Amino acid sequence: MTAIEERPANPAAAAENRPIGFGRLQRKEDPRFIRGKGHYLDDVVLPGMLHGAMLRSPYAHAKLISIDTSAALAHPGVHAVITGKDLEGLNLAWAPTLSADVMAILATDKVRFQGQEVAFVVADDRYSARDALELIDVEYEALPPVINARKALDADAPVIRTDLEGRTDNHIFDWEAGDAAETDAVFARADVVVTEDIVYPRVHPAPMETCGAVADYDPIDGKLTLWETTQAPHAHRTLYAIVAGIPEHKIRVISPDIGGGFGNKVGIYPGYVCAVVGSIVTGKPVKWVEDRSENLMSTSFARDYLMHGEVAATNDGKILAVRTTVLADHGAFNATAQPTKYPAGFFHIFTGSYDLEAAHCKVTGVYTNKAPGGVAYACSFRVTEAVYLVERMVDVLALKLGIDPAEIRLKNFIKPEQFPYQNKTGWEYDSGEYERAMRMAMDMAGYDELRREQAEKRERGELMGIGVTFFTETVGAGPRKHMDIVGLGMADGAELRVHPTGKAVVRLSVQSQGQGHETTFAQIVSEEIGIPPEDIEVVHGDTDNTPFGLGTYGSRSTPVSGGAVAMVTRKVRDKARLIAAAMLETRPEDLEWEKGRFFVKGDPSQGKTIAEIAMGAHGTVTLPEGVDGNLDAEVTYDPPNLTFPFGAYICVVDIDPGTGVVKVRRFIAVDDCGTRINEMIIEGQVHGGLTDGVGMALMEIIDFDEDGNCLGGSFMDYLIPTAMEVPDWETGHTVTPSPHHPIGAKGIGESATVGSPSAVVNAVVDALQPYGVVHIDMPCTPSRVWEAMQGRHVPTAGV
Amino acid sequence: MKITMTVNGDSVTSEAEPRVLLVHFLRDVLGLTGTHWGCDTSNCGLCAVLMDGVPVKSCTVLAAMASGHEIRTVEGLATGGTLDPVQQGFMEEHGLQCGFCTPGMMLTARALLDKNPDPDEDTIREAISGQICRCTGYATIVRSIKWAAAHPAGSSQAETPAETPAEETAEVPA
Ligand code: FES
Ligand code: FES
Repeated sequence: MTAIEERPANPAAAAENRPIGFGRLQRKEDPRFIRGKGHYLDDVVLPGMLHGAMLRSPYAHAKLISIDTSAALAHPGVHAVITGKDLEGLNLAWAPTLSADVMAILATDKVRFQGQEVAFVVADDRYSARDALELIDVEYEALPPVINARKALDADAPVIRTDLEGRTDNHIFDWEAGDAAETDAVFARADVVVTEDIVYPRVHPAPMETCGAVADYDPIDGKLTLWETTQAPHAHRTLYAIVAGIPEHKIRVISPDIGGGFGNKVGIYPGYVCAVVGSIVTGKPVKWVEDRSENLMSTSFARDYLMHGEVAATNDGKILAVRTTVLADHGAFNATAQPTKYPAGFFHIFTGSYDLEAAHCKVTGVYTNKAPGGVAYACSFRVTEAVYLVERMVDVLALKLGIDPAEIRLKNFIKPEQFPYQNKTGWEYDSGEYERAMRMAMDMAGYDELRREQAEKRERGELMGIGVTFFTETVGAGPRKHMDIVGLGMADGAELRVHPTGKAVVRLSVQSQGQGHETTFAQIVSEEIGIPPEDIEVVHGDTDNTPFGLGTYGSRSTPVSGGAVAMVTRKVRDKARLIAAAMLETRPEDLEWEKGRFFVKGDPSQGKTIAEIAMGAHGTVTLPEGVDGNLDAEVTYDPPNLTFPFGAYICVVDIDPGTGVVKVRRFIAVDDCGTRINEMIIEGQVHGGLTDGVGMALMEIIDFDEDGNCLGGSFMDYLIPTAMEVPDWETGHTVTPSPHHPIGAKGIGESATVGSPSAVVNAVVDALQPYGVVHIDMPCTPSRVWEAMQGRHVPTAGV
Repeated sequence: MKITMTVNGDSVTSEAEPRVLLVHFLRDVLGLTGTHWGCDTSNCGLCAVLMDGVPVKSCTVLAAMASGHEIRTVEGLATGGTLDPVQQGFMEEHGLQCGFCTPGMMLTARALLDKNPDPDEDTIREAISGQICRCTGYATIVRSIKWAAAHPAGSSQAETPAETPAEETAEVPA
């Protein structure tokens, strides 16, 4: 056996010194990006292509009286002006949302939020299209808007959805998880109960590339080719087929390089549909790309959860139960992208990382006169809100009991031996070693030393805060029998072909928005079959050339598509064993595998590499019964459970007592995403998410005035961290593989966005202890912090 | 109006409306789509290019204003088949994810290093503070620029044979 052990993993690759499988590896996509040769949506140029521009409502709520498009139509270079009336004729004025509601593509009866789509101009170039928007004359009759979600269910609240038969209020749904009676009973006998109203304000994913589409309808063969900034090309294709009545095989959705998504590019936006209609009407390709204000004001927002949290505990800090009621502001149309059974997403992971006796939540969704969408911004289906709630509440409890926030968490963690752990709201947590991660973060931070420094600074009147957070996510939806979006099961496909010379192509149903899928997925194939990653082409983002699947969001790609890729590669490997046996004239069970090669047990010199087997499969080797002449396979992977990444974060802030300005001095993040495929990419995902967290905690908010004017409609108003607002990140990791995932990976894309906001806010509140502050709603802007220091009321999001 | 400027070393002349922004001139007229745009308010810096060696936001410069000036875009960063050390640094240190902010970031970095070949972290952060990256969290961008500073052009590590020749952009349809 020694001889075998000494054999390099893949003789061919090792000789060329090329890495195989997992590990730090430069990205395959980088060479084109650093040369400016990426191919993003706005880079798509087709012969004869026209440009679309969208006219939007200045009102949050108004009756549409009339639209006069004649001057716009007469403008030079204008080919078409499309209104809601025109779409009504095509039965396209309204379309189903991802949450069993309908939404207006172009307004017909009323406008229901500022920035709502009213008319679409198609012109020769983007400048003339914009010019023509100015020439459209729309008469509105203003209606009183519903802006504050807390007033949406008042008896005298104006009814927003008058389009829905029999609607008399703005109520969308009530949804509960956990056992209310059991939870009440635990609360009744608890030593201590703490309560707090906590707002997770409306924020926006704001990827650097805005949303857009290029539609090219060929009237002769009836084929629609649609380039879109979409994270879910296959789901889009099916939806277009259902909504527009174009046969699905005549629709090809291409998602080119995407300049960031973060959930913003999951839904179908009216601009995409209008580009399609524009192309059908004019007979030419039509490009539509929104500008930044359109992106911030009209596309998928995130959060907007008004939460009331309660925690029951013993006097010595054992947490017994968590109870919460939530008012969920869904905007004018219920368009959140949620699995059908879960209108509040996975919010019921609010039990966090703690071993509770009981838990209960009730979420009520309401309509307001704000942009629809929701569940965007790297939040894994409301996991962000859930983690923020529980992690703020645990700090509120720690404060009340005078227990150190790290200590109280350590005391209440689910223990490693309790996994798989059934929580009180229906989840089965797959694996976790929480204390290990928490202690690692504390060691990296020098936690005790930081507390000493803080005490000294307090003596001197300086404000330093240490925020501790521990999060558990639930990501990687399916399983498909429990989870679907508009009836499509949340599974993903993968197809692998090994060419005769031993190079491979793997096709995915998910689409990268910067996560580096071309590298990560090549590494998974490489790990499983021993071909170097650069010999594996990753094809994605084109429905004509990839297998069906639900796409990239909710940190699904590695848990679901990664599972698919590992399984399809194993299928190919199993087939390779049969072919190798035929080539070596032995029985398959007499072969042993080492990365990249099968050899005869006991005689390592007798073997065949994957390349030799591929050539054999495509060549003249007599194949065993039932084996066809290729080295290809495909699978659809239906995950048996979700995965549960976790992490411990510690944030150190300094606050200027004179101005209330918060400076994040240090941020320590220990993540556990199970098996790690590419260290470099994982670290990058964490860094990005931490920056999101600092942004949401301190800077970002989409707010409205009482008339419904959006106050966050540009990068002047919607502030995103630059290099000046964030520190150099300090990252660490533990590895607790998922027991049910083919390679043990759990996903990392959203962990830091989920986990970091509470760390920052906990640090801010901790810094303000000398002022007796218990809670501040995000974003902790200088004025809010300063007001909290004055013991004054701190305004929450909304009015 | 007729607009003439030097782009990546080549003189280009084209007709364009006086109101056309430099970013649109580069992208739509010259087909140099490496320069991106991301906002309406001059905040994001995706559109940064070098005008006479100084970073400018090309969404805030009219093409007409660039007439007679020298513009350098991401397509002109690599010279003679060799990557600029900044480009190599971004690959080495994972300074990019979606790549959308990357051209602007790299050009600003190039201008910084031309002025200050060995900047410290604070100087780097300040230099890129007019630009937003939504993906990386900036630390790896800082490391990428430091890598470039440590491997100036001509030092052996900066050589990369894999480069394909930059596309010719001198021919511009009127
Ligand atoms: S496009 Fe945002 S600054 Fe130029
Ligand atoms: S890499 Fe995506 S915005 Fe910077």
